[in-house]
Amino acid sequence: MHNQEFFLNALIYLGAAVVSVPIAKKLGLGSVLGYLLAGIIIGPFVLGLVGNEAGEVMHFAEFGVVLMLFIIGLELEPKLLWKMRRNIFGLGGLQVLLTAGIITGVALLFNFQLNRAVAIGLILALSSTAIVLQTLSEKGLMRNIAGRSAFSVLLFQDMAVIPILALLPLIATLGTPATLSETSMQSIGEVAQLPGWLQLLIIIGAITVMVIIGRFAARHIFRLVAETGLHEVFVALALLMVIGIALGMDAIGLSPALGTFIAGVVLADSEYRHELETTIDPFKGLLLGLFFISVGAGINFNLLIENPWLIIGFVLLLIFIKFVVLLILGRIFRLKKGFEFLFAFLLAQASEFAFVLISFSKQNKLFDEQTSGMLLLVVTLSMAISPLLLIFNDKAVSPILARWQNKLEYDEIEDEETPVILAGFGRFGLTVGRILLANGFKVTILDNNPSNVETLRKYGFKLYFGDITRPTMLEKAGIEKARLLILSMAEHENALKVAEIVRKKYPHVKILARAKDIFHVFEYLNMNINNAERENFHSAAELGNTALVELGFTKYEAYRATRTFKHHEDQVTEELYRHWLEDQGKFIQETRRFEEQVKETLQAEKNYSIHDTDCAWDVDSLKDEAKKEE
Amino acid sequence: MEAIKDLEGVTINNLYEKYPDFFIDVPAEQKLLTEHDIIIWHHPFYWYSAPAIIKEWMDLVLEHNFAYGTNGRALQGKWAMSCISTGGRKEVYSAEGKNRYTINQFLTPYIQSANLCRMKYLPPYVVHGSHLLNSEQIKKHADDYRTVIELLRDNKIDAQRLNTIEYMNEIIEHDA
Repeated sequence: MHNQEFFLNALIYLGAAVVSVPIAKKLGLGSVLGYLLAGIIIGPFVLGLVGNEAGEVMHFAEFGVVLMLFIIGLELEPKLLWKMRRNIFGLGGLQVLLTAGIITGVALLFNFQLNRAVAIGLILALSSTAIVLQTLSEKGLMRNIAGRSAFSVLLFQDMAVIPILALLPLIATLGTPATLSETSMQSIGEVAQLPGWLQLLIIIGAITVMVIIGRFAARHIFRLVAETGLHEVFVALALLMVIGIALGMDAIGLSPALGTFIAGVVLADSEYRHELETTIDPFKGLLLGLFFISVGAGINFNLLIENPWLIIGFVLLLIFIKFVVLLILGRIFRLKKGFEFLFAFLLAQASEFAFVLISFSKQNKLFDEQTSGMLLLVVTLSMAISPLLLIFNDKAVSPILARWQNKLEYDEIEDEETPVILAGFGRFGLTVGRILLANGFKVTILDNNPSNVETLRKYGFKLYFGDITRPTMLEKAGIEKARLLILSMAEHENALKVAEIVRKKYPHVKILARAKDIFHVFEYLNMNINNAERENFHSAAELGNTALVELGFTKYEAYRATRTFKHHEDQVTEELYRHWLEDQGKFIQETRRFEEQVKETLQAEKNYSIHDTDCAWDVDSLKDEAKKEE
Repeated sequence: MEAIKDLEGVTINNLYEKYPDFFIDVPAEQKLLTEHDIIIWHHPFYWYSAPAIIKEWMDLVLEHNFAYGTNGRALQGKWAMSCISTGGRKEVYSAEGKNRYTINQFLTPYIQSANLCRMKYLPPYVVHGSHLLNSEQIKKHADDYRTVIELLRDNKIDAQRLNTIEYMNEIIEHDA
C-alpha cells in the first residue's frame, strides 16, 4: 500500500527529528546538526530505515528553502535591500568569481579537463542557503553585520544559479564533442532555450507582474479570504501563493527561492505580513528539517570508506579555499574584530544547489558516475561539517581573538576604577548612560557593535568595543570593584547569560537589566534580579498618558491614571510571575510569545480592579453622609 | 531617625523613599496604620506646616469611612503625635515673637484631624533652632527622642502629666 508506506516514512522522519534535535540542542550543537545526525542514523548506513527515496524526499524538502526565503523577504523592506546592494553585488560577486576561479585551478591540478574544472568551480563556489539561514535565525544573527553580509552573498549566489544552469550545457559541449541531448534541455524549462535577451525580458516582465500584483491586488485577496474567518483557507492561500510563484519562476528559468524572496520583499509592508509569516513558519521549519535529514541520510558512506583520506582531504581543501577567500573578502568589505571569521565560517560549506547542478551536469555528460558521486559526497560532508565549524569559531577562534583584542584595549580600561559598568550603548543604553554621566558618575561603557562605537566616540563618549559575554572582558571592565552592572544590550539571551555568571562569581555586584518582555523579566526574577525593566513598557505608558490628555483628561488626572495603571501592572506582573513559576519551561514559540503574554496578562488582570487604588477623592459615601446630615 | 530605626516595635515609614513621585499606595498605608497604635508625623516645619508629601498622605490615606465618618473607625483610640524641627527658636513662636503664634497653635489642623479620626493627640516633640545645632546637641536630641518613643511604646507615660506639658520634650527634661 502506497499510503501506508508514506505514513511509515513520515513516522520515521518525524520520530528521528523529535528525538535527535532536542538532544543536539541540549548539547549546544544547534538544530541543523541534530537533523543531519538524525538523517545519518535512519539512513542506509546505520539503521537503514530509509533508503533510496531519501533523494526524492530531499527534492521535496528543498521547498523549505523556498519558504524560508519568502519569510526572509517578508522581514526585509525594499529600502534595506537597496542599502545592501553593494554587499550583494560586490561581496557576493567577488566571492563567487574568486572561489570558482581558485577551485577551477585546483581541479585542473587534479587533471580535470578545463570545462569540467570550471563546472566544479562554479558548483562548489555556492554556499548553503538552508544551513546558513537556519543558523542565522536560530542564533539571532540576522541583524549582526556578519550575518547580514553572509545573507547578501547568499542572495547573489541564488541569482547566480540561473546563469550557471544556462552555462553548464554550454561548457559541456566545449570539452567533449558529445552533443547535447534534447531531454536535458527540456529539464530547465522551455524559456531557457529562447535567446538570452528574450529570456531576460520574460524574467523582468514576470517580476514586474509580481510587484504590481503584490502592491495592488494582494491585499484585497488577503482581506477577502481573511474575512471568511476560516484560518485554514488563509493557510491554503498563503501556500498556494508561494507554490504558485515557485512554479512560475521555475518555468521561466528563475530560481524559485529567488522568486519567492522577491514576493516576500514586495509584501514586506503589507498588513498581512505577520499573519503570512506565522502561517508559513511551521511549514518552513518542518520542510527544512526534512531537508537536512535527507541530506544526512544521503551521505554515501560506502564511497567514504573506499577512499576515506581522499574524500576527507577534498572536503577540507574545499572548506579551506572557501574560508580563505571569504576571510579576505570580509576584510576588504570592512568586517572586523572577529566578524570576518564568523562570516567566513558561516559560508564555508557547499550549497544544496550543488545537488541539482551536479545531477544536471551528469545528465549533460559533463561528469561520469564516479566524479558526480565523489562531488555529491564532498558537498554533503562539507554541509555536515559546517555546524561544527561554527562551534569551533565560537569556542576556539573568537575567544583567542577576543584575548588578542583585549590586550590592545587592556591599558585603556584598566586605569579606570568606575562604580558602574554599562554593557550595550545603543538606543537603550545611551539614555541610561547619559543620565549617569550627566550626574557626574564615572561609567565604563562597553558595546559590541564596532560602527556604533566609532560613531559615539566621534561625539565624545568614551566607550570600549568589547563583548561582555566573555568572562575576561568582565574582569577587564573592573567587575571586581564595580557596584553596578547595567545590562542594556539588545541581545537578551546574552544578557541573561552574563547575569548568571555575575550572580555566581561576583554576588556583590548589583545587576540592572533591560528586558525584552515580561517573560524576560521573569527569567531575571528567577535569579533574584528584580530590577529588570521592559524596554518598551514605560515609553508606551507615556504615550498612553498623552492619549488621555488628548482625550480631555487634565494633565494631572492623566498622570494619576497612568501611574495607577503602572502600579496595577506591578501587581499583575507579580501574579503572572507566580503563574510562570508553576509551569516554567513551558514551550512558547517565539511567534506566539506576545499572544501568550497578552492572554495571561488579561487573565491575571481580572484579579485586580484598576479602580481599587484610587478612590480617595470625591467618594460617594461622603456625599451620602452629608445629605443625611442636612 | 537613625536613633530610632532599630527600636523594636517601631516602623519607620519614609514617604519620600517609598513614594518619590508622590503616588501613595493607599491600601498599603491603611494596612500599616491599622497595624500600629501610635502614629507620628515626623517632618520639618515648612511654612508652619508639614511638607506636601505628608499633606498628600493625609489627603489620600485618611479616607472617609476608613479614618473618619460614621463607619470610619479604623484609627479610633490610637495616639497621634507630631515630631517637628524648625529653624526658629522657641521664643520666636509666641504672641510677642516674630512668628506671632505658638507651635501648638500652628498645629491646630493636625490636632483637629486626629480628633476627627477619634485619635488622641499627644504634645509635639519639637527641635528648635535646627540650623544652629552642633553635632553634640543633635545627638542629645536624637537620644531624647529615642527615649520618648521608648516610653510611648512601653506605655510608661503618665496621662496626667500629658495635660500639663506643652512639648513632649519636657518629659525627659523633667526627668533629667
